[in-house]
Amino acid sequence: MGPRLHGDDYMVGANAAMLMMVVKRMLIAVPSLIGVVIVTFLLTRALPGDPAAYFAGPAATKEAIEQIRVTLGLDRPLYVQFIRYVGDLARGDLGNSLTTGQPVGYEIKTRLPASAELTLLGLMVSMAIAVPLGILAATRPNSIIDHVCRVVSTAGVSLPVFFTGLILIYVFYYLLGWAPAPLGRLDVFFSPPPHVTGFYLVDSLIAGGGEVFFASLKQLVLPALTLGIFSLAPIARMTRASMLAVLASDFVRTARASGLTPFTVIVTYAFRNAMLPVITTLGMVFSFLLGANVLVEKVFAWPGIGSFAVEALIASDFAPLQGFVLTMAVMYVVLNLLIDVLYGLIDPRVRIEA
Amino acid sequence: MKRREFLKSMTALAAGSVLPAAPAIWSPAKAQSRQETLLIVSESGPNNIDIHGVGTNVPGYEVSWNCYDRLISHEMKTLPNGVQYYDRDKFRLELADDMKVGDMSVTFKLKKNAVFQDGTPVTAKDVKWSLDRAVTVGGFPTFQMGAGSLTKPEQFVVVDDNTVRVDFLRKDRLTLPDLAVIVPAIYNSELVKKHANEKDPWGLEFTKQNTAGSGAYRVVSWNAGTEVILERNDKWTGGPLPKVRRIVWRMVPSAGNRRALLERGDADISYDLPNKDFVELKDLGKLNIVSTPYSNGIQYIGMNVKNPPFDNLKVRQAVAYAIPYQKIMDAVLFGLAKPMFGAPAESPTEVAWPQPHKYNTDIAKAKALLAEAGYPNGFETTLSFDLGFAGVNEPLCVLTQESLAQIGIKCTINKIPGATWRTELNKKVLPLYTNVFSGWLDYPEYFFIWCYHGKNSIFNTMSYQSKELDALIDGAVTAAAEGDKTAYDKDVKGFVDLAYADMPRVPLYQPFVNVAMQKNVSGYQYWFHRRLDYRALVKG
Repeated sequence: MGPRLHGDDYMVGANAAMLMMVVKRMLIAVPSLIGVVIVTFLLTRALPGDPAAYFAGPAATKEAIEQIRVTLGLDRPLYVQFIRYVGDLARGDLGNSLTTGQPVGYEIKTRLPASAELTLLGLMVSMAIAVPLGILAATRPNSIIDHVCRVVSTAGVSLPVFFTGLILIYVFYYLLGWAPAPLGRLDVFFSPPPHVTGFYLVDSLIAGGGEVFFASLKQLVLPALTLGIFSLAPIARMTRASMLAVLASDFVRTARASGLTPFTVIVTYAFRNAMLPVITTLGMVFSFLLGANVLVEKVFAWPGIGSFAVEALIASDFAPLQGFVLTMAVMYVVLNLLIDVLYGLIDPRVRIEA
Repeated sequence: MKRREFLKSMTALAAGSVLPAAPAIWSPAKAQSRQETLLIVSESGPNNIDIHGVGTNVPGYEVSWNCYDRLISHEMKTLPNGVQYYDRDKFRLELADDMKVGDMSVTFKLKKNAVFQDGTPVTAKDVKWSLDRAVTVGGFPTFQMGAGSLTKPEQFVVVDDNTVRVDFLRKDRLTLPDLAVIVPAIYNSELVKKHANEKDPWGLEFTKQNTAGSGAYRVVSWNAGTEVILERNDKWTGGPLPKVRRIVWRMVPSAGNRRALLERGDADISYDLPNKDFVELKDLGKLNIVSTPYSNGIQYIGMNVKNPPFDNLKVRQAVAYAIPYQKIMDAVLFGLAKPMFGAPAESPTEVAWPQPHKYNTDIAKAKALLAEAGYPNGFETTLSFDLGFAGVNEPLCVLTQESLAQIGIKCTINKIPGATWRTELNKKVLPLYTNVFSGWLDYPEYFFIWCYHGKNSIFNTMSYQSKELDALIDGAVTAAAEGDKTAYDKDVKGFVDLAYADMPRVPLYQPFVNVAMQKNVSGYQYWFHRRLDYRALVKG
């Protein structure tokens, strides 16, 4: 009884510490978010484009452009615009996108899950290939498999994503006809499942529509593979390096000496200990991919957040740009926090002071 | 979560990430709906489905065109190559049942059975409200109405429930055609008013997302940047019931994919592919490719005549002789454009626009002219273009740069992003640039008012000022209004000749609208707005 009770006490204490850390980290994030708000506001205003001229249409007179400038509130001094923006922000209003005509908050709400679903799946594909590859490479350094690992990851990261994407479409859609048409998240003749999480795979299962589930999965295969190939390198290399370090350590030697099977030694003992740096890399790769998969989104007509931001940038559309950068900043903060929490779960020694 | 549970779940997650193979699922119902649905793919989609909205983009015009009716529209005529082309001079009644053109007004009787999509009848007060809206909301719609001398709500008079009179501000032959463009659409005024408020008296927020017309289609779902789904309105009275029940319009940003979708037979129509793809698709012969010149549209090289060196006529002529016209036609456009250069020296000026000028590439002549102008060693300048249309503009400018270098004009190429392009044009400081202008209303004087007249509209990008030319343009406008054909012909020939003698801008070619369709799709019509008219399309 005694030791058990002691264990629970320990967990309660640890959970409280973790909660403290979460709160502390949140507070630290506040100044950086304020900074982000100010900087993006100023940067978007410093863009050379004139949204009023852009949206006045191809045949606008100077008066028409002025009229639109007034309608958009762009004739006011910068500080007035800023105060208005912050006021709206405080009420949760991110403004309206001129390029799509929708409220920015709504756009981000519908597009972020599309990007996140794709990125998560891409990351899973990547992990499914890179982690075993990295482990194998580490257990047999300088063997054929190690070289294969090196070549595959180097090739993956050197090929631009749009190129990989187009090649995959060309082979699997155009030539072979195995993949569905690259028309975004769903075939034209399906309607999206009722919105719960925004992840079509999850929502279609909730709605019980197997047909829609498979349809959206089919649409996801090629873009997820494209992203997966691109992000192989950091994950495979990090797995290999950290496995190498762990495999050389004393406890692995002890485990081997105790006569455990190589599988147990590598997976149960070594890999768990090698996971920490891999998780860090995963977090970095995820946040990087989420913003950087613009090209994959363009190639696969994916209605994600990256292509949305780029379109807004081309049109000097201020509100979506500000909304995008702010969302990304918040996501980075949350993601980093999540990774720190994960650290604690994987390795009790890292019950950190933030 | 405990550490061990977490680790277990991580392993499970890694195991589950191997993708299961998806079985192909086909149902007869899906095949049926494919037959009745037309899938259109294009690069970009609407940002607003009401053309009266603030900053509605061109794809938005397409939705407005198909979902709303106007009082009148145009008849179709068949071009020698078999393409259906709108007839500028013949009007077709759409919402109107009868049209009586008087000396200073036109009277429309409405179709008795015309109803909006929600079933309420279309009345004269809806027409008045809609036209009032077009001339009042400001921005592009108001500007376009003004182009046909429609500027004041007082011009639109309700005679009775079923009759509307439009009073002319002055005699202007563009007034009637201007009632047949996209802007004077008729809205369900009661429905829109319900959603209007003090801040938004014309209910623009409502119509931005919803169609409130009597047109042949209505938008059932619109996901900005992704897709628009339209369904046929079976109560439409504006013409014969369209054949296609459902239109799915998907945005596919990658041109390569649009082509792949067409070639695989998944998409039915695409109309913005690079010229090279169109030429190759034409050669492959699997699809129907229709190319039609932009009505009243020209791509040109413009020069700022306010400042040296282009204030010098001889310099402008030298440039006109140094442009590699044929190379541009072959290497940039793959032949998909109508040349606007190299007319035979003895050919007379026609009463038509666009028409080719008489310049050809002649480097020796260009050099001589430049020396005469006092620049024997040439000069340095910048050549600007709109990155939004980089596919054509970039190679065009590189070829021009190369050719101008041969006569000593060293150009730095200045790529301007689409968002900034119009701002830069408006400043009227770019010395040398390429651009396209095309007018909805296909009349020579309409083009010249915007592009050459001394009142210096945004499209007079050269800041060209000539009292003589202004007099000719104004003369043609008056002559057209009065129906004086002799005077009109003389003035049109006069302003074309003068524009080509002074050469403030050098026309290169008339661009083509290229549409690629599956073989089983027919009924494509060319309209002045160059967008698709779904109402005539047939599949199967």
